[in-house]
Amino acid sequence: MADPIHQFEIQKLVTLGHIGGHEIAFTNSALFMAITVVGIAALLVGGSSARALVPGRMQSVAELSYEFVANTIQSTAGKEGMKFFPLVFSLFMFVLIANVIGLIPYTFTVTSHIIITASLALLVFATVLIYGFWKNGLGFFRLFVPSGIPIYILPLIVFIELLSFLSRPISHSVRLFANMLAGHITLKVFASFITLLGGFGIAGWFGAILPLSLVVALTALELLVAFLQAYVFAILTCIYLNDAIHPGH
Amino acid sequence: MATGAHTEVPGGKPPFPPFQKETFASQLVWFVIAFVALYVIIARFAIPQIGGILAARASRIEGDLAEANRLKAQSDEALKAYEKALADARGRAQALASETRERLNAQAEETRKKLEAELNAKLAAAEKTIAATKTAAMTNVRGIAVETAAAIVERLIGTAPAGKAVEDAVTDVLKG
Repeated sequence: MADPIHQFEIQKLVTLGHIGGHEIAFTNSALFMAITVVGIAALLVGGSSARALVPGRMQSVAELSYEFVANTIQSTAGKEGMKFFPLVFSLFMFVLIANVIGLIPYTFTVTSHIIITASLALLVFATVLIYGFWKNGLGFFRLFVPSGIPIYILPLIVFIELLSFLSRPISHSVRLFANMLAGHITLKVFASFITLLGGFGIAGWFGAILPLSLVVALTALELLVAFLQAYVFAILTCIYLNDAIHPGH
Repeated sequence: MATGAHTEVPGGKPPFPPFQKETFASQLVWFVIAFVALYVIIARFAIPQIGGILAARASRIEGDLAEANRLKAQSDEALKAYEKALADARGRAQALASETRERLNAQAEETRKKLEAELNAKLAAAEKTIAATKTAAMTNVRGIAVETAAAIVERLIGTAPAGKAVEDAVTDVLKG
């Protein structure tokens, strides 16, 4: 049976050089990041290039994603949140398209690597910190001091708030990483049951119907998860950015 | 399940791929390149283009709605004007009709009065003629009666009575 972990391996395609003792190579991960970016550009820019008054299929998809993300930001972070529309739109599309491309057999899932999801989460975390302090100055610390709390339990509350704030990038990145990883391992394990049972002759062929139908159902589920995780990533980004814009609870 | 033996990782195998630190630098470099490229594409090209399409559509719809409202107001106005013209015409027609009716009535009345007067005059003339004729006839009757009386008397007594006596007698009888 195939190794379910093998699909996550980083394979060097071209070694380019070294920076500070680290080898820099063009890998399968880099290739699929490039495919993701090109795919998004083709969908959003190419799909809407006709600028039709009545949109075609691709333009409809481009417009739907634009409006979906715009509405998500406005409902969670308000009108001011639209400053971050390019960032949230980029994050959402990157995660969504990387997840969906990863569902195609023999491809590589960029978002199944913790280093990528952590980079995305830290990008959001850094944006929240920098914008929060730039806009509110020290008033940004009000985020950790909820109003209407008795003074004697305030230190405890501030500690908890601070801890939850600092753990955000961890939960933000691990959620996406773990979902993608677990989903792909499950798919691979059930798929290898099919070939395993197929090796046992006619009875095995009939027995393989069960894991096959499970793989079909799981693929549908993973498609939902791919979209859902992109949405969750985007909406959490909006909620965190809302804290930077309006730090008072 | 028989999968345990297959998924087991032998000791010599490299660690779990997502935790292989030597791949991090390459991934980070390409992630930064890819994400910066994506951000530029989205911020510079995708958002202005799609936003422009949506804004153009919204303004087109708004313009079309305004145009439709304008046309509706216009048609409402035309309808109102038409109704007003219709009411005016109806009123004028009614006035004209009543005026005509009155005029005709007056005319008819006049004609009737004239005719009545004429008829009355004719009637009076006829009555006068009748009266004259009657008088004449009565005079004639008297003459005939006198002559007849004289003739009768002459036959009876053989001599003609005096004309004056016969006339007086006849006058007495007629009066009686």
